[in-house]
Amino acid sequence: MHPGIIFFLVILGSVLFHIFTPWYWTDIASNWGGMDDTITLTFWVGGGVFVAVCLFMIYCVVKFSYKKDRKAEYKPEDKKLEKILTWATTIGVAALLAPGLIIWNQYVTVPKNALEVDVMAWQWGWQYRLPGEDGKLGTTQIININDNNPFGINLDDPYGKDDVLIQSDVINLENNQPVKILLRSVDVLHNWYVPQFRAKMDAVPGIVTYYWFEPNKIGEYEVLCAEYCGVGHYAMRGGVEVQSTENYNKWISEQETFNDLIAKQENIEIELENKKIAKNNNFLLNKEIYKEE
Amino acid sequence: MSDEYENKKGYQAQSSETISSGSGGGGSGTVSDADYVRPSEVPEQDLYHGHSFITKWIFCQDAKVIGVQYFLLATFTGIIGLILSWLMRLQLGFPEAAGFMTAEHYYQFVTMHGMIMVVYFLTALFLGGFGNYLIPLMVGARDMVFPYLNMVSFWMFFIAVGVLLASFFVPGGPTGAGWTLYPPQTILEGTPGSGMGILLMCISLILFVAGFTMGGLNYLITVLQARTRGMTLMRMPLTVWGIFTATVLAMLAFPALLVGSLMMSLDKILGTSFFMPTILQAGEVLEYGGGSPILFQHLFWFFGHPEVYIVALPAFGIISDLISVHARKNIFGYRMMVWAIVVIGALSFFVWAHHMYVSGMNPWFGFFFATTTLIIAIPTAMKVYNWVLTLWRGNIRLNVVMLWCLGFIVTFVNGGITGIFLGNVTVDVPLSDTYFVIAHFHMVMGIAPLMVIMGAVYHWFPLVAGRFLDETLGKWHFWLTFLGAYSIYFPMHYLGFIGVPRRYFEMYDSPYVTSAVGMNEFISMAAFIVGAAQLILIYNIVRTLKIGKPAGHNPWQANSLEWLTPSVPPEHGNWGEKLPVVHRWPYDFSVPGAKEDFITQTTPPSEVAGTEVEKT
Repeated sequence: MHPGIIFFLVILGSVLFHIFTPWYWTDIASNWGGMDDTITLTFWVGGGVFVAVCLFMIYCVVKFSYKKDRKAEYKPEDKKLEKILTWATTIGVAALLAPGLIIWNQYVTVPKNALEVDVMAWQWGWQYRLPGEDGKLGTTQIININDNNPFGINLDDPYGKDDVLIQSDVINLENNQPVKILLRSVDVLHNWYVPQFRAKMDAVPGIVTYYWFEPNKIGEYEVLCAEYCGVGHYAMRGGVEVQSTENYNKWISEQETFNDLIAKQENIEIELENKKIAKNNNFLLNKEIYKEE
Repeated sequence: MSDEYENKKGYQAQSSETISSGSGGGGSGTVSDADYVRPSEVPEQDLYHGHSFITKWIFCQDAKVIGVQYFLLATFTGIIGLILSWLMRLQLGFPEAAGFMTAEHYYQFVTMHGMIMVVYFLTALFLGGFGNYLIPLMVGARDMVFPYLNMVSFWMFFIAVGVLLASFFVPGGPTGAGWTLYPPQTILEGTPGSGMGILLMCISLILFVAGFTMGGLNYLITVLQARTRGMTLMRMPLTVWGIFTATVLAMLAFPALLVGSLMMSLDKILGTSFFMPTILQAGEVLEYGGGSPILFQHLFWFFGHPEVYIVALPAFGIISDLISVHARKNIFGYRMMVWAIVVIGALSFFVWAHHMYVSGMNPWFGFFFATTTLIIAIPTAMKVYNWVLTLWRGNIRLNVVMLWCLGFIVTFVNGGITGIFLGNVTVDVPLSDTYFVIAHFHMVMGIAPLMVIMGAVYHWFPLVAGRFLDETLGKWHFWLTFLGAYSIYFPMHYLGFIGVPRRYFEMYDSPYVTSAVGMNEFISMAAFIVGAAQLILIYNIVRTLKIGKPAGHNPWQANSLEWLTPSVPPEHGNWGEKLPVVHRWPYDFSVPGAKEDFITQTTPPSEVAGTEVEKT
């Protein structure tokens, strides 16, 4: 078989694979449809160039294959052709870059009404924190983290006390409410990634990074860690449940705040103290009973 | 080793045509004006000639032998990298058959495969292997300008490989930090090989860079200072241009890797905090603080992106020469090709952060780096156009060399286009850290350069060994490799669209990635076949060395100097008594009016009077 035919079948197969593939992106569940559109545009332009260049190559190979009595053309340069190709490529590249930059501008510009969500990552798990009634998250520090303060909230920060703490790897989000994901890590790099939302960003220890999206489809989604973080990387999963406003409000009202946690700790301490006193009283009581006997 | 230098081959310490011999001014004697070439400015230097087996074949100072040494050692490490990739594919395609493999093993294999293939295989092979063999021959020098340093360069590489492989046998095994070695995880407990493994990796890289610098200086100065008479820069084959520019990049980029490795080692051994912020691990705050993990990423990619072009530019150069010779046509737009190589090389230092769009660096950098990245697509596209335009109205020999060239064009254009996806910052967000990235860079800097290496092996083997590799075996080798590799990486892009993250030891039952199981099995099967197909080449080489068809002088009817040596394979000193004199560029194929369809670089105009040569 002529090699040109095999190369042609490879190109044809690639195009057919693209058309009929059962493997393609998941149904989008956020506002980043523009990313999908840019990908589609790049596919058309890039795919077109790929097919055109390869078909031209195959044509040349078939048409100009070696014959002893033929001589190749001698033409070192063709300034005009080179100029046309340069400009055509430049225009094509600009046409792809422009929409990309426009959408990137949206990506780095967080809407004012976005709800801030603190996503805290460690080897290997997630937990979340939402602002309380004051609408603001308290500041945190890694060295504050302990059993009584799992998020490391600065105790003297007044904004921190009413923060809603979700010590679970699943978080609920309200449908059609933009969220600004604030990422932090206590150990190594991680990345909070939900394929259906398209967006992602690394969590970097030492700094707080962010990105935003607006979930627009009620449902349950899996969170994947997308930045290699050591031997448990592949198992570092979490979840998101996008809820209607009603269900979301119900869910959040059931969550514990930092104040609740502190109160609980105090209660536990008081309880412990009471138990101690009760034990003592019992002892004394017993003693007296004993005496009486 | 003896320091004795001698004048063995009988060429004079002073050529009769140097300035000191006073030939002066214009064409003297019988040489016509058109044939006049400026006399050389310095007398020839003597070479050191080895006597014993050790000085001839082991601690050898002949660039050609050093090139072959580099080639063999790089291939050896490449085969280890290939076996590691098989193990990874076994886990991904058939996890039940890979019961012996833990997640630790898997990540160690991933890491070592990546680092071996990029640095110890591709870089060493293109620059150390092809660079050493071809530069002196193609520019008409007797050897590299610093042969002793050149020898040391190879042995540094040898030690670097030894240290790298030693890490397989230390407690904890080799590092499993991913080939990008991102701190902090690289040197923390949660990563396999975070003790001795990562230290040996850093030491090996430092040795590699040191050794490579010795070789690199040689390539640069040889190209700049040791070209023969008449070999102007714009008459050099594109292979030399590619290797030369890549070496300039390497000289500027590798220091960033060296510094990064050094700083990481200090963080590990001395407890400095270059890359280490305050870290809480297993409930305890570690004694680090204030460092920046992103700083390492900047250092790494300031090396890592030019590294892509350190591999790609020699490949661009070599493929240009192969296509031109076997299409019997001049390379189309030579000057544009040279400038494209130089411009791509320069731009490659302004795009590194496109690997870091979602790294947590200031997202506003995205605008700058997306723009520079897409600008680099323009000179790259021009190169592609010029390759296919060289085929246009050529007289194309469809031999094995040409097949590899065509395979290169298909895979390179494919991988280049997906590069436009990833370079365009918005599109990168959903695709980064997924299998799309894996597919992209394997296609563009794994398979495409491999096609060039293979094409170059079939092309220059008759020069190195004096015999032709077998064409039928070569065709089997090509089709199995090309079709197999294409069917590994083309469908793999679609795993990335689904959102399957890279570096996952196991997928579990994520609802949308389970549909990828069938594809993973298929890809693994293809990977086993492609790997095994390389045995055909090894068999072909062994067979050819014994019974291959003798090639004789200039078997491909090429123009460039390496085919014009008095003996095949060329001997130490390359040119016998007299250095060649160059009269034209190396692409005078099918010149109208010429008897043959090629005019070698050493042919003076008076010998081919009546031809319509446009460029000399």
